Amino acid sequence: MVTEEDKIFAKNFNIDQLPDVPAGLPPHLKLKQSRVVPKNVAPLNTDSAIYSGGYVTTGGEESVKVESFYENFKVDVISCTETDIEFDMVGIDSSFANAFRRILIAEVPSMAIEKVLIANNTSLVIDEVLAHRIGLIPIAVDPRLFEYLSENDQPNEKNTIVFKLHVKCPKGESRLKVLTSELQWLPNGSEFLKEAKGSNAKPKTYTSFSCSQDSLPEFADNPITLSHLDILIAKLSPGQEIELEAHAVKGIGKTHAKWSPVGTAWYRMLPEVVLKGEVEDELAERLVKACPQKVFDIEDMGNGGKRATVAQPRKCTLCKECVRDDELVDFVDLRSVKDHFIYNIESTGSLPPDVLFTEAVKILENKCERVLAALS
Amino acid sequence: MEHGSFTNNSHASFTLAEEDHTLANAVRFMLNQDPRVTLAGYSIPHPSLDRVNIRVQTTGDPAREVLKDACQELMLMNRHVRSVFDKAVAEFKVEQARLKAEEEEREKAKEELKKQREQLESMDIEGN
Repeated sequence: MVTEEDKIFAKNFNIDQLPDVPAGLPPHLKLKQSRVVPKNVAPLNTDSAIYSGGYVTTGGEESVKVESFYENFKVDVISCTETDIEFDMVGIDSSFANAFRRILIAEVPSMAIEKVLIANNTSLVIDEVLAHRIGLIPIAVDPRLFEYLSENDQPNEKNTIVFKLHVKCPKGESRLKVLTSELQWLPNGSEFLKEAKGSNAKPKTYTSFSCSQDSLPEFADNPITLSHLDILIAKLSPGQEIELEAHAVKGIGKTHAKWSPVGTAWYRMLPEVVLKGEVEDELAERLVKACPQKVFDIEDMGNGGKRATVAQPRKCTLCKECVRDDELVDFVDLRSVKDHFIYNIESTGSLPPDVLFTEAVKILENKCERVLAALS
Repeated sequence: MEHGSFTNNSHASFTLAEEDHTLANAVRFMLNQDPRVTLAGYSIPHPSLDRVNIRVQTTGDPAREVLKDACQELMLMNRHVRSVFDKAVAEFKVEQARLKAEEEEREKAKEELKKQREQLESMDIEGN
């Protein structure tokens, strides 16, 4: 006899809900999904963006990653100074981490010297080389306070910063080093006069500033300087002289690397070092010795024996030096966590590194907005 | 720009000018997370062309709408990244300031102790 109760049970029956049926992905697939394994030939399981439904039959479906992202995304700042930041970014796909990195290097704007007007250069460094060297000098100024100088624009106080360099090595003295500290900010713009067309026309300079930059509130008590005052530009022998003006404008690293606001920005996945079983005594010492990064440590067991432990897995560079040993290879598992990024940003001094990162994220947002606008 | 067909709007390619891997790879990731998408991919037709092609094929929904949803979601995720990051940095800075203040406090206490000890020692000499 089939009772009413049996019918309801049969209707609601779901094999996945039985207590002894394991839920989610089996561990070996979970590992494939969440870890990269470095192998001698090439790293394994590097792909992360499986199409939605990739794991649907095994019950480990993660196509709703987007929703879990808002709960699981975490940032942990490890260190932050005026020029460097290191932080952990957990629970995000590598396509994001890489987009931020690419934007930081190539698309976050900064100010850099674009035009060098050379009035006199009798030094050994030829004009174009000198100009190139000067172009690469990082400037410590917030680029958000400036506008881009487009082709038809006149250089003015909103889009140009002018520096002057005039040094001479007097005769009879020793050789002179020209450092970036000699570059002097001209808040009133260029001092070089253009050749006048008419004889009675008022001579013009190479910039048309309507007011002095140091009268602007943002620079009034915070004059524009260079990030480093000890960079060597040229060396002068007695009697040699350099006189020039350098005009800095806003730009992005895609155009030229001098506009890149970062020395570099990089990330790596969190390394994971796992010991598969006990590594003891002589073998433990060999393991500790094998690692150049000092990832492993030795622990004393009560009975006078020694055992290897993974003390600092974060230091691991996945150099695989430990798994070159024929015996140790059976004990050590090296992996990297796919959604945990150790992010590093080195600023060149225009903005603090944490601000640079938020600027980069904003730029990616703007890109999305542009696409949305174009599609609707 | 969209290249699609008039009869079937569930398959389409889009050309984004002045974009590269930066955006396209992130958008492709977002598209692949969407259960409505059967195929999503991107390519840069030539390295000297400043554009990227994105291909979207769906189970039936208009490809344009699905791509728009992906961009929208990407934008929201970025906003979330920014707010979480800003909060983490602010917390870190507060913590650093606190540690520094504590360190200074300790230095001060040490100096005070040293001064007192010196005073005590000089008094001893007088006593003898």
